[in-house]
Amino acid sequence: MNFSELTALETGELIRLRKMSVTEAVTSALDAAEALNPKLNSFITICREKALKRAAEVQKRITDGTLSSPLAGVPVAVKDNICTEGIRTTCASKMLENFVPFYSATAVERLERAGAVIIGKLNMDEFAMGSTSETSYFGPVRNPHDISRTPGGSSGGCAAAVASGIVSGTLGSDTGGSVRQPAGCCGVTGFKPTYGAVSRYGLIAYASSLDQIGPVCGDAADCAAFTDAVCGRDERDSTSRDMFSGSLLSSLTGDVKGLRIGVLKESLASDKVDFEVSAKVAEVIKEFEKAGAVIKKVSFPYFDEAFSAYYTIAMAEASSNLARFDGVKYGFRAADYEDLNDLYCSSRSEGFGEEVKKRILLGTTILSGGYYDAYYLKAMKWREIIKAELNKIFSETDLLLTPTAPETAPLSGRSVSDPVSVYYSDIYTVLANLAGLPSVSFPCGTDRNGMPVGAQFTGRAADDGRVLNAVHAFQLMTDYHKLKADLNIQNGCTGQSDAQAGNSPCYQEKQGVEKTYEI
Amino acid sequence: MKYETVIGLEVHVELAAKSKLFCSCTTKFGGEPNTHCCPVCTGMPGTLPVFNRKVLEYAVKAGLALNCDITRDFRFDRKNYFYPDLPKAYQVSQLYAPVAVNGHTEIKGADGNAKVIHIHEMHMEEDAGKIIHSPDGKTAFLDYNRCGVPLLEIVTEPDFRNAEEVNAFLYRLRSVFKYLGISDCRMEEGSMRADVNLSVRPEGCEELGTRTEMKNINSFRAIERAIAYESARQIKIVENGGRILQETLRWDNVAGYSFSMRSKEEAKDYRYFPEPDLPAFHLTREEIRLCRAAIPEFADEKAERLMQEISLSADDARVITEYRNLAELFEDTVKLCNAPGEVRFWFTGGLLSYINETGTDPEDITLLPENFAKFAGLVLNKTLTRESGKKVFRAMLESDGDFDIRGFIKENGLETLDDEDLIITTVKKIIEENPKPYDQYRNGETKVYGFFAGKVMKELKGRADPSSVNRMLKNILENES
Repeated sequence: MNFSELTALETGELIRLRKMSVTEAVTSALDAAEALNPKLNSFITICREKALKRAAEVQKRITDGTLSSPLAGVPVAVKDNICTEGIRTTCASKMLENFVPFYSATAVERLERAGAVIIGKLNMDEFAMGSTSETSYFGPVRNPHDISRTPGGSSGGCAAAVASGIVSGTLGSDTGGSVRQPAGCCGVTGFKPTYGAVSRYGLIAYASSLDQIGPVCGDAADCAAFTDAVCGRDERDSTSRDMFSGSLLSSLTGDVKGLRIGVLKESLASDKVDFEVSAKVAEVIKEFEKAGAVIKKVSFPYFDEAFSAYYTIAMAEASSNLARFDGVKYGFRAADYEDLNDLYCSSRSEGFGEEVKKRILLGTTILSGGYYDAYYLKAMKWREIIKAELNKIFSETDLLLTPTAPETAPLSGRSVSDPVSVYYSDIYTVLANLAGLPSVSFPCGTDRNGMPVGAQFTGRAADDGRVLNAVHAFQLMTDYHKLKADLNIQNGCTGQSDAQAGNSPCYQEKQGVEKTYEI
Repeated sequence: MKYETVIGLEVHVELAAKSKLFCSCTTKFGGEPNTHCCPVCTGMPGTLPVFNRKVLEYAVKAGLALNCDITRDFRFDRKNYFYPDLPKAYQVSQLYAPVAVNGHTEIKGADGNAKVIHIHEMHMEEDAGKIIHSPDGKTAFLDYNRCGVPLLEIVTEPDFRNAEEVNAFLYRLRSVFKYLGISDCRMEEGSMRADVNLSVRPEGCEELGTRTEMKNINSFRAIERAIAYESARQIKIVENGGRILQETLRWDNVAGYSFSMRSKEEAKDYRYFPEPDLPAFHLTREEIRLCRAAIPEFADEKAERLMQEISLSADDARVITEYRNLAELFEDTVKLCNAPGEVRFWFTGGLLSYINETGTDPEDITLLPENFAKFAGLVLNKTLTRESGKKVFRAMLESDGDFDIRGFIKENGLETLDDEDLIITTVKKIIEENPKPYDQYRNGETKVYGFFAGKVMKELKGRADPSSVNRMLKNILENES
């Protein structure tokens, strides 16, 4: 059986039908993760022992009939900024290299309650700050479709792990497109639910008012199943709430007749969008027209303002959220320091990477006396204007269709040489975060280099079912989501060591490092 | 030239909610270090605050009690600064929409006249932990037990002119908050702390001088000393033609002086911004109405009224109204038996001395007004003498509220003796046993009378009606030989 081509729901069904054991599925995923990691570096930690132990427990409960959810026994992986009890959670930072939480995120607890087996923690941009997954302290993640390219970010590890068939589903986080943009780059489906649909408890915050946990999977149905498993009001997160009347999975009818899809004029006829990306999104429009959807041209005039407001708010909140990493209680502390102030300065200077420090400095400036009104307050006002403008669009349409990003996956190294153009790759994704709306990226073909193109649907708040159903309908009509990265042909990758293998941190668990970490 | 001191206060009061402001950890004072903690109050990565609405009820009551406008849509803000006792490196507080604003309350000024103190605002915030230094000063230990304990900060306008007014206000605040049951306001345990903003100006001048802020003042006495010191220091500088620097000072109560912590140039920029982990909160009119309905008559007003209504002395009125439950016990008892004098006698002499003697928490007194009234009635109608009443009263206080007074009197044989023969026999017996004092009395040394009275009462175990004893003792001493 070729595990790597199964969706999460298919795997779950085979396990329920006793055609596959949980241990088989989990072992296969662990083997693939270990074999591919030297090439892709999508995992920071692989927990073979824990996963196998848990697989046996889950199998027992499936066998005795106490566990029957669609994801029971399915191997999954979680982005490394989501806390997992007893498994180190690094945020891909030297600052938290040895941090082992003694609590799990609510989303992790719920995913495990549904019977999913976590096989490891996924690489990402440090503290989720980036669009290329290159700022990780543990080395860059590579795009399975072409390892000279980035997988997008910040949830690059999620997208790469799914695109390479290691696991069928993952949990990532999306602050300005961090789930959707890498999904677009890697040809998989990434969903950011409505703000508040999934508890943020245990998600190490980047920008609290924008962050949302969301799945990166092979298709919309898996995304719905993952979201169903983790969503709902959590007493530990005051911004969370019960939002959906039924399960999202049950809202996937595949019927889009009469669905009103708004297409942004600015996103298709723009010199900022790659012409091949525009062309693929135009084909998506045609598919939906064929299926009976109603296409409407709409306009959104505030992309530049949205872009500025997003970075202003994200950096301001980040500067405060990341202040707790001060070398006092846990995490990295500089070896030498003269006094308290030096302890702070040295630990933070040495513990954070360049991109993180840049954003903390910018965020600190934005909130400083004399700048607050000019930057932060102005950004917050624009956020309200943008919300109102989007509401206007949704008064005459059900969904908004845009490219996920202006370009396909960039070549490695560009985030350093041309940072603003990489920031700009978030231009279509930040709208959903600013307004708290559900938004999904799905594959719709490939460009001249064979790199996947992502299209994005955004919907009204709490209308997550409709957003996912549109993608589901598209995936019933097309096969773009079934395109898997062919790692053997491109790279001959079968796990032989290359530059990454020697220091690949995912092997640390085997050396028992995890057990010796102090909290 | 004469100078006037101008003072404003920032008072931090720990609210008596059982759990912390943003998590369910206990707020109990003390405890082994780092045992009253969880991932939330220690600011572990990924954790989020959850607002304890019980605290809101307390804050609203405090606001209403000091005649504030209640902010119906309020929210929290982050105050960012680095310090080891602040594990998130920001304090969740309220800057942009504090829960109560624009209040006022009345105090008695140094001249005995009433004076209105204006409240600028009150806001809720979380407390920080504690740093404990090792004796050699080389190591600092952190105790996060206090982290997240709910505080109410009361910011006054610069309405005070001297330390007496400041302390009168703090006493008033303490009394009101204790009556509301929202804080025990213990300065020695740090559950009430005051920062003093002080400036001086030539008398008659309207413009305010440059102010300094003194932190770390934790007793009424320390406040007096700190104000006297700082006021004198500033006047001296001004008189010598100098300029006051705007700075933050730390008052050292042992050394008796304040020293500079930081100047205006070094003033921290707290980079306040709205706390994104918490939604905006809304108070309904009904919630506010319920809080308002629960506002009691406060001690000062009650004392004033009792002085009017039942002619209590100012001192008695003050001690009787100090604790809300006891003041209510007093009033209810008086209402039931209509014998304010007798009730006052047992209240101050019996109840309060019992509390002092035994160290009982006044809140734990379970005496019922029905029992107290019945008891006072028995003393008034001379079923009990005050002497034997003491035993009954004590037993009543020590019981759990359910106390059978008559049963107890009977069991212990404490009814007043109205056996004249027994009293006469006893008086004669005592005189016989003490011929020397008797001679002294007969020779005009009447001061030994008390000696005989005491002996007789003792012999009769306090059960005799003192007026009967007096009458017969006098009669026998004077007339028989």
